[in-house]
Amino acid sequence: MGKTMAEKIISEAFGQNVTKGEIVVVDVDLAFVNDASGPLAVEKMKAAGNGQLKVFDKEKVVVFIDHAAPSCHRELSNTHKVLRNMANATGAKMHDIDQGVCHQVAIEKYTKPGDIVAGADSHTCTGGALGAFSTGMGATDVGIAIMLGQTWLRVPDSIKVNVTGQLQKGVYAKDLILHIIGIIGADGANYKAIEFVGETIDSLDMDSRFTLSNMVVEAGAKVGLVPSDKITKDYLKKQGREFDWKEVKPDPEADYETVINVDASLIEPTISMPHTVDNVKPLKDCNGVKVNQVFVGSCTNGRLSDLKIVSSILKGKQINKSIRLIVSPASKEVMEEAINQGYITEIIKSGGTIFSPSCGPCFGAHGGILGDEEVCLSTQNRNFKGRMGNPEAFIYLGSPATAAATALAGEITDPREVL
Amino acid sequence: MIIKGKTWKFGDNISTDFIVPGRYFHLRSNLPELTKHVLEDADPNFAKNVKPGDIVVGGKNFGIGSSREQAPTIIKMSGTSAVVAKNFARIFFRNAINIGLPIVICDTDSIESGDELQIDLTEGVVHNLTKNMKIPTQPLPDVMVKILKDGGLIEHVKKHDGFAL
Repeated sequence: MGKTMAEKIISEAFGQNVTKGEIVVVDVDLAFVNDASGPLAVEKMKAAGNGQLKVFDKEKVVVFIDHAAPSCHRELSNTHKVLRNMANATGAKMHDIDQGVCHQVAIEKYTKPGDIVAGADSHTCTGGALGAFSTGMGATDVGIAIMLGQTWLRVPDSIKVNVTGQLQKGVYAKDLILHIIGIIGADGANYKAIEFVGETIDSLDMDSRFTLSNMVVEAGAKVGLVPSDKITKDYLKKQGREFDWKEVKPDPEADYETVINVDASLIEPTISMPHTVDNVKPLKDCNGVKVNQVFVGSCTNGRLSDLKIVSSILKGKQINKSIRLIVSPASKEVMEEAINQGYITEIIKSGGTIFSPSCGPCFGAHGGILGDEEVCLSTQNRNFKGRMGNPEAFIYLGSPATAAATALAGEITDPREVL
Repeated sequence: MIIKGKTWKFGDNISTDFIVPGRYFHLRSNLPELTKHVLEDADPNFAKNVKPGDIVVGGKNFGIGSSREQAPTIIKMSGTSAVVAKNFARIFFRNAINIGLPIVICDTDSIESGDELQIDLTEGVVHNLTKNMKIPTQPLPDVMVKILKDGGLIEHVKKHDGFAL
């Protein structure tokens, strides 16, 4: 019997062949925290280390300040000090408020195919697009991983998502992953891995693959793996990391718990309606819903190709007067390039506001908080009640193209109308 | 181990945003203050009225969402003795065990708010004393039992000088 990608990566990390269901303790190649999880992780590390802070390898431990970046509260400024002090004391790598979302910076600078990555944030699964077993955990798990360089894993069952056919004009990876989450359900992949394969995946660019992997946690999955191929290699080369590349792919005879076949050519622009991500509908079912705020950004859709689509739709036009458009590039690197390419200028000219490279309004505590009864169309990953800071508000999730079309019209709009 | 208490019943998909609303982000390092808002967006009366020993009961996929370990932490700090649900989101599940909050998996459809439960973790049964019903539980994985028995992950690695799973 062949092995899934998850089994292959964990077998290599463990040093012997393992199969689904086994519990293993493995070395981690990267462990990171951010300002949401880090202060508690530091407390746990102190508790485990009898007051001492210790990191297993200062090159493989990274601290990010990305949620409240820059700080919006005295209390948070003080927790940021805790993180800076920890990085200073241990030599861990520090990415301060200017750098962007931890998941974006991790894929740009650190995560490698075949790695085991433990990140104290649920969207750590983004790194699966590079063929890494990159998974989110809590502060204690990651605090221990930072100290010991190890974590425990259950080798997961895997769901194979086999995607064939061409995505139609106006339909993107975001629509595809929302469609897939609609099929699997919010808990359908609990404790499992998802592997994305098939001709459509083989030809997707890395930004699109990151969007797919980023959202697997919304179906409960611990990781969303994409085979590491030439596109992966080219991406790493562009990042100055071509020597980090290696091939990772599933065996042809791998044993999957379930196989889901998706014909990408049949997918339309897709929306998650309030208040769960698996409340998925074709956009036409919510066409015309009035919107107050549009957010483009987050670890899901704040990358260069996302800003390119948005700026190309907005170019030379004005957003609807009833709309607040907030755009937050996912990282400093993305922002710099978006400035160089002129995307930021087009977005500003059309009436958009640029937020610092960070998690931005996605988590409901730092800008872009919705008013009572207000509606937001967002490119982020979650639409839970209260997610954007107000339980009396409504969040619809869609692609960056849908976001731009919606910003122009003032209501949820099919991007094919403006492309 | 026996846990006995009165239940607070919640629905499916109780998210970490329900348990620790994002608007209290600045309180994440002030756990006693944050505990005053536990589960606020699912039931605003819970934090004010929960009594030591009470049991939180959910439906499907309890703890869906973020990795914030404050979620099980402030449920535990509220005095809640256990969380019972049909299934749990993965990260919440690990976090709860790591910090020593007992987690029980069983069918919760017949349980209503205010029911008195007696949970026998060793025997794997939830006895609904109010309805005189016995509900079998799904056993926790051995690895989780080991961590729980040591008093959570921190105590586990201190006791064994690393992982001993």
